[in-house]
Amino acid sequence: MAATAPATTAAEADAAPPQQYRKHSKLTRPNPLWGVVAWLVGLLFAAPVLWMVLTSLHSEVDAATNPPSLLAPLTLDGYRSFFGNSNAWPALINSATASVVSTLLVLALSIPAAYALSIRPVRKWSDVLFFLLSTRFLPIVAAVLPLYLFAVWSGALDQIGTLILLYTAMNLPIAIWMMRSFLAEVPVEMLEAAQLDGAGLIRTLRSVVAPVAMPGIAATALICFIFSWQELLLARSLTGVVAGTAPVFLTSFVTSQGLFLAQVSAAATIVSLPVLVAGFAAQDKLVQGLSLGAVK
Amino acid sequence: MSVEETTPRQRTVLAEPAPQEQRAASRKSGWVRRAPLLPALVFVIITTQLPFATTIVISFMSWNALRPNDRGFAGFGNYAQVFSDANLRSSVVTTVVLTVVVVGVSLLLGLLVALLLDREFIGRGAVRTMMIAPFLVVPVAAALLWKHALLNPSYGLINGVLTWVWGIFGSSSPPQVAWLTQFPLISIELALIWQWTPFMMLILLAGLQSRPADAFEAAKMDGASAFQAFRYITLPHLRRYIDLGATLGAIFIVQNFDAVFTMTSGALGTANLPYTIYQTFFVRQDYGLAAAQGVIVVIGTIIVATFALRSASSLLKEDS
Repeated sequence: MAATAPATTAAEADAAPPQQYRKHSKLTRPNPLWGVVAWLVGLLFAAPVLWMVLTSLHSEVDAATNPPSLLAPLTLDGYRSFFGNSNAWPALINSATASVVSTLLVLALSIPAAYALSIRPVRKWSDVLFFLLSTRFLPIVAAVLPLYLFAVWSGALDQIGTLILLYTAMNLPIAIWMMRSFLAEVPVEMLEAAQLDGAGLIRTLRSVVAPVAMPGIAATALICFIFSWQELLLARSLTGVVAGTAPVFLTSFVTSQGLFLAQVSAAATIVSLPVLVAGFAAQDKLVQGLSLGAVK
Repeated sequence: MSVEETTPRQRTVLAEPAPQEQRAASRKSGWVRRAPLLPALVFVIITTQLPFATTIVISFMSWNALRPNDRGFAGFGNYAQVFSDANLRSSVVTTVVLTVVVVGVSLLLGLLVALLLDREFIGRGAVRTMMIAPFLVVPVAAALLWKHALLNPSYGLINGVLTWVWGIFGSSSPPQVAWLTQFPLISIELALIWQWTPFMMLILLAGLQSRPADAFEAAKMDGASAFQAFRYITLPHLRRYIDLGATLGAIFIVQNFDAVFTMTSGALGTANLPYTIYQTFFVRQDYGLAAAQGVIVVIGTIIVATFALRSASSLLKEDS
């Protein structure tokens, strides 16, 4: 033990861990081999994404070779033919509208609700939470039929407003759960101190709650944006040519159409880009959000 | 977290009005407290409960949009049809197999990757970011990527790599697999496992990092092997995180529509329940039958969700 101790400390000092990771196994000697394995596994999982981006930058002919041509010259032709499609921009704009507006609505409804469930909790707050969660567990596919019939009857078919409302409903329960866990981090002593100092509700919210909860609110917004942007079943069932979103547009590539791999890859890359950016931005809070606040 | 979390229950107690001014005041303050919650609650009730109530009503009707004049009451006719339909029974099996395989394998892989990422090595943040990427590709895009760019028999990357590897060893006849026609369900499972392993990894990694350090180190001091420490300290601690990952994963994968729709369009025995319902509704336009199928899926989901709620509530209790 005594002989190995200095070596261990030296190695640990070299690999100074980032602050957010908790060190817990001082006794395990870092074996560089496991680092190499982790890198290989990471690369293996990232490979399809990297391949998608690389293929989107190849010409159609180079994209469809066997064995693959890794070093083929790069071109933006795939992106040109994607944006050359007259449906591409409307689909992206529809997706952006539906995701952004529904996320704003979710925030407007979920912040007060989470406040009433965590900071000034109503009685039976946990029953309310579990009711909300249970609505999210019900399969959307079982609601598509009545929603479709209602949309036909009320003239709401193929309207972006319909999707906005449905995405708000879809994300609201999850957002309230996430938001509750983020607001619960506001220390009650701070709230009491603010109250004693005579701060009103608005002032308490602004100067006590907001600073602690802001990163969580941002992460919740990003996750709701991601869920809305990705949604296919409702969009495909309730929209057509006018209000079709980006995932609906992507389904036009389901059947092969000759040499089109570069174009498919470009389309998949463009449509995934906002989610990748939002996801990496929310990385630190992603687990807490996705596990509905159950995991910190 | 540097801030101590106060529990909601504690807050209810703290904010309770003094006994003297109870009754009227508490009734009024009750509504003041409830007010911020009401808009969200009313919105959720209208948008989620009404459609499901309508689905139940339609499930007892004989209603096919292709024969608009035949609309009427069907009693349990649609349900009888659901249970006697062989296609539907096979889509139940497909749904179960798909969910169990994808959740099981991605949990296992997620655990292994989480154990790797729990160690200290150079570039850990970068590897973590790379691992998350699959989860952040839009599901339809991911399904297209697997269908066309990876699994295509003539120019897909996987067969391409096989050609390349065999080429290195001088063979001109590498194995070329028509993945989507020979192994349709496995192909879908592969794509979904690739997307869901990062999700499981994130939850389990958070679990590993919340592991109490002292118990683990005490075990090591006492001469426990790495495997024993894992088996008797880490795994019991991870148990709740595994439950949570499994149930949340199951809820999303039972509902999967995108991958099945995009990769095989439900052909070759890959139609799961959501796809079958979509098909009954959009292609056969048998609304009564689709609604009955929907009700049955809801009942199945409630059974799964009961477990999910239980594990969510065990974590919530610990919270309080």
